[in-house]
Amino acid sequence: MSASALMFYILSAFILGAGLLAVTTRKIFRSAIWLLFSLTGIAGLYFWLQMEFVAAVQIVVYVGGIVVLIIFSIFLTQRSGMELPVPARGRILFSALAALAGFALAFTLIMGYHFQPWEGGAPLQGGMLAAGAAAGPVEAGGASIGNIGTQLLSADQGGYLLPFEVVSLLLLAAMIGCIVIAMKVKSADK
Amino acid sequence: MNQIPLTHILFVSTALFFIGMYGLLTRRNLITMLMSVELILNSVNINFVAFNRYLYADKLDGVFFTLFIITIAAAEAAVAIAIMIHLYRNLNSIDVEQTDEMKF
Repeated sequence: MSASALMFYILSAFILGAGLLAVTTRKIFRSAIWLLFSLTGIAGLYFWLQMEFVAAVQIVVYVGGIVVLIIFSIFLTQRSGMELPVPARGRILFSALAALAGFALAFTLIMGYHFQPWEGGAPLQGGMLAAGAAAGPVEAGGASIGNIGTQLLSADQGGYLLPFEVVSLLLLAAMIGCIVIAMKVKSADK
Repeated sequence: MNQIPLTHILFVSTALFFIGMYGLLTRRNLITMLMSVELILNSVNINFVAFNRYLYADKLDGVFFTLFIITIAAAEAAVAIAIMIHLYRNLNSIDVEQTDEMKF
């Protein structure tokens, strides 16, 4: 097993272990920290897949933004030293059964599906990317930041300018909505 | 990444999805449920990036979908936390069992 494959399995074990602890630990603050580790591991997985830009966005937005927001809200709404109540035994049992059944179904589907390789490149050999297959047509830059930026902001065929603008409007709406929802309403009787 | 078949990455993301689902079903606290939703969204992102990398390496659409999902997840988390803080002010608790004011 090469170092790259070993790296993948270590990253996967880290992601899954931290995720499992995040949903089972009984202290809410520790849960947030395990979520942080899991998200960092996913950023590492993106680095391993050579998607540097997605990994950077993952670290900036998830690790730097959402987890910090979650920790703030824990401090605002919880007595963070307190332990969460244990869920009922029946609920744990049925949730675990449902999750395992879903996983088994997805497992069999993935095992049975034959993935088609991409056009114009070396085919997948037994499900693996052939050596040197990364040298495809666009692979001058591949998923480089320059290519991503050019296609994201182009209005031509295959460009993503319209979704980009729609998402920016969505962010504006979410920002205003957050302010309106969380604003303290002054009582009128004073 | 040449030695790992695509299916192994899909197994990791599937396992992460169902870990998130287990958390969503067992937790009764709004913040921990939000964390489970984030895990689920991340497993979907892994799928998009892996499919883009392995099956459509000459295109970038998976990257764009991942970026949009991350953006929408950030907006969703912000709105959800604003709602939780408002709920906490009104009910002094963010347990889903106690938020039954609108129950018919």
